[in-house]
Amino acid sequence: MAETTVDNKKAADSTGMAYLNTLPRRLVTLYTPLAVFMIVLLFPFYWMAVTTFKPNEELYNFRENNPFWIRNPTLANVEKLLFNTNYPDWLLNTMTVAIVATCLAIFASVLAAYAIQRLRFRGAQAIGLMIFLAYLVPPSILFIPLATIIYGMGLYDSNWALILTYPTFLIPFCTWLMMGYFKSIPYELEECALIDGATRLQILWRITLPLAVPGLISAGIFAFTLSWNEFIYALAFISSSENKTVPVGVLTQLVEGDVYHWGALMAGALFGSLPVAILYSFFVEYYVSSLTGAVKE
Amino acid sequence: MTTAAVSRSNGLARKPLAEILDNRNVLAFLCMLPAAALLLTFLTYPLGLGVWLGFTDTKIGRPGFFIGLENYVSLFDDSVFWLVVFNTLLYTTVATVLKFGLGLYLALLLNNHLPFKALLRAIVLLPWIVPTVLSAIAFWWIYDAQFSILSYMLEKMGLIDQYIDFLGTPNNARASLIAANVWRGIPFVAICLLAGLQTISPSLYEAAALDGATSWQRFRHVTVPMLMPILSIVLTFSVLFTFTDFQLIYAITRGGPVNSTHLMATLAFQRAIPGGQLGEGAAIATAMIPFLVAATLSSYFGLQRRKWQQGESDG
Repeated sequence: MAETTVDNKKAADSTGMAYLNTLPRRLVTLYTPLAVFMIVLLFPFYWMAVTTFKPNEELYNFRENNPFWIRNPTLANVEKLLFNTNYPDWLLNTMTVAIVATCLAIFASVLAAYAIQRLRFRGAQAIGLMIFLAYLVPPSILFIPLATIIYGMGLYDSNWALILTYPTFLIPFCTWLMMGYFKSIPYELEECALIDGATRLQILWRITLPLAVPGLISAGIFAFTLSWNEFIYALAFISSSENKTVPVGVLTQLVEGDVYHWGALMAGALFGSLPVAILYSFFVEYYVSSLTGAVKE
Repeated sequence: MTTAAVSRSNGLARKPLAEILDNRNVLAFLCMLPAAALLLTFLTYPLGLGVWLGFTDTKIGRPGFFIGLENYVSLFDDSVFWLVVFNTLLYTTVATVLKFGLGLYLALLLNNHLPFKALLRAIVLLPWIVPTVLSAIAFWWIYDAQFSILSYMLEKMGLIDQYIDFLGTPNNARASLIAANVWRGIPFVAICLLAGLQTISPSLYEAAALDGATSWQRFRHVTVPMLMPILSIVLTFSVLFTFTDFQLIYAITRGGPVNSTHLMATLAFQRAIPGGQLGEGAAIATAMIPFLVAATLSSYFGLQRRKWQQGESDG
C-alpha cells in the first residue's frame, strides 16, 4: 500500500508544478531549511559517537581541543562498558525479552485479527474497537497496579515480568495493523479454498498468512523496537542489576553518586541504540508503512 | 447460529476434533483467547485495580484499606500536585504546538521533489526509533552545566558571555525538556503527515493555482482541509504520549530542580515506587484518565469525519 502511494507521488512530481520553482528559490525555501532540520535531528547521535571514543582529557577540555573532533580516539570507554559493567547481561536480557514478547504478541495478534476480520463472529466490530481503545491506555497509568500484580504472581525481578506485560501495548498495535492487512486480501481466495475442502485453520496457515507476510514483518520489527525501547515497566518491575534491560541499566547503573562517566554513558547509549538503528536501516519501508498504516486505519 | 448450535449439541461426541475446530464460533473463540487473556489480565484488570488502589492507603509490602477520597483530598491540598498539573499541561501544550508546527513544515519540505528522498526520510525517523532514554542521556550531556556543547557553540558565536545552566533553573529546565521532547516527536508527526500529504492529488493544487490562489491560499484551503482527518488522529496520539511522558523527565532531571519539571507520570512513580505510597501514586495516575478520555473522544470524532469524507458507511 505504501509502495503505491510513493509511486503515485513520483509520477505526480514529474507532472506537478515543481518546474515553476527556480534553483535559487529552491535553495532558500527548500534545501537550506531541510539541511538545518537534518543537522539538528542528527547532531545528538554525532555527539554520542564523538563522546564515546574521546579520551577524558579531551572530553573535559574545550579550550585546547576542538570539541567536534577526536585527536586521539580511544576504546577505553567501550572497554569499561563491556568489561566493568553488566552491559552484556543487559543486552542479553533486552534481546530475550524483546524477541519472546514480540513472538507472543504476533501469535496472539494474528489469531485475534483473523478472527475479527475474517470469521466475523457476533460482536467482532465491538471487539475491534475495544482493541483500538486498549492501544490508547498508556503504560504510565498501568505500572503501579501492574507492579502489585507482578509481585503477587511472584514474577518480580525476572524476565517473565516484562515478557508478559509488554504484549499489553504490542497486541493492540499489531492486531490493528494485521486487521488492515487481512482486509486487503481478497475474500475470494479463501472462498476458493473453502470450496476445495480446506478447514479454516488451513486457510489461515496456507493462504492468508503467506499473503500477509509484509504485514507480519512490519508488525514484528515494530513490536521488537517498541519492546527494546520500553522503559517504565522495566524500571518498576526489575531491581537487580544483572536482570535489567539496556535503557534502564545504562541510566541507573552507570551513574555513581554525583560522578557521571560521560564517556561510558555515551558508549552505553550508542551501543544500546545501534541494534535498533541497524534493524531499522534494513526495514525502513516496513517501519514507515506500519507507522502510517496504524494511523490511517 | 441456530444450525451450528443444534449440530454441536447432537453431534459433539462423534465429530472429529478438526470439524469442531472448523465451527466458526468455536474457532473465533479460540483465536481470540490468547489476546483476550493477556489483555484482560495485564491491561483491563490493572486499569480497574489502579482506580481501586487510588481509594486505598496501600503501601509497598502492606495491603491497604478503603479510605474513600482521602488520597484525592490530600492531593487537592498538595501544592506540589497542582504545580505538577500545571507542568504537565504546559509541557503538553508547548511541546505539541512546536511538534506540529515544525513537523508539518518538515513534511511539506519532504513532500517536494528531492534527490535522495528515501535516505532523507530514513534519517528523519531515526530519533523516533532509538530508545528514548538513550537519546535523553545524550541530551543530558548536551545540557551539562560545565561542558555543554550548546553553550560552547553560542559562546564561540559571541551570543553569550557565560555558559547557560540549562537544567539548573526551573524555566531553563522546562524549556530544555520541551526541546528534547520536540526533537524526539517531530519525526513521528512529519512522517505521518507526509503520508497524508502524498494522498492529496496534485490536480487540486493545479486547479487552485489556475483559479489564482497564492501558495498560502493553496496551503490554507487545499492542504489543511485535506490533511485534517489524519492530523486529528496524529494529534490525539501525540497529545496522549506527551501528556503521559515519563522517560525523558526521569532520565534528564528526575523532576528537579524543586519539582519544576515533574509531570504527573513521574510524580506518580516517585510517590509509588521509591516512596512506597502505592495508593497515592495510583490516585495521581488515575487523575490522568479524564484528560486521556478527552483526547480519545477527539480521536473518535476525527475518525467519524474521515469516513464521511471518504463516503464510506462501514468501518
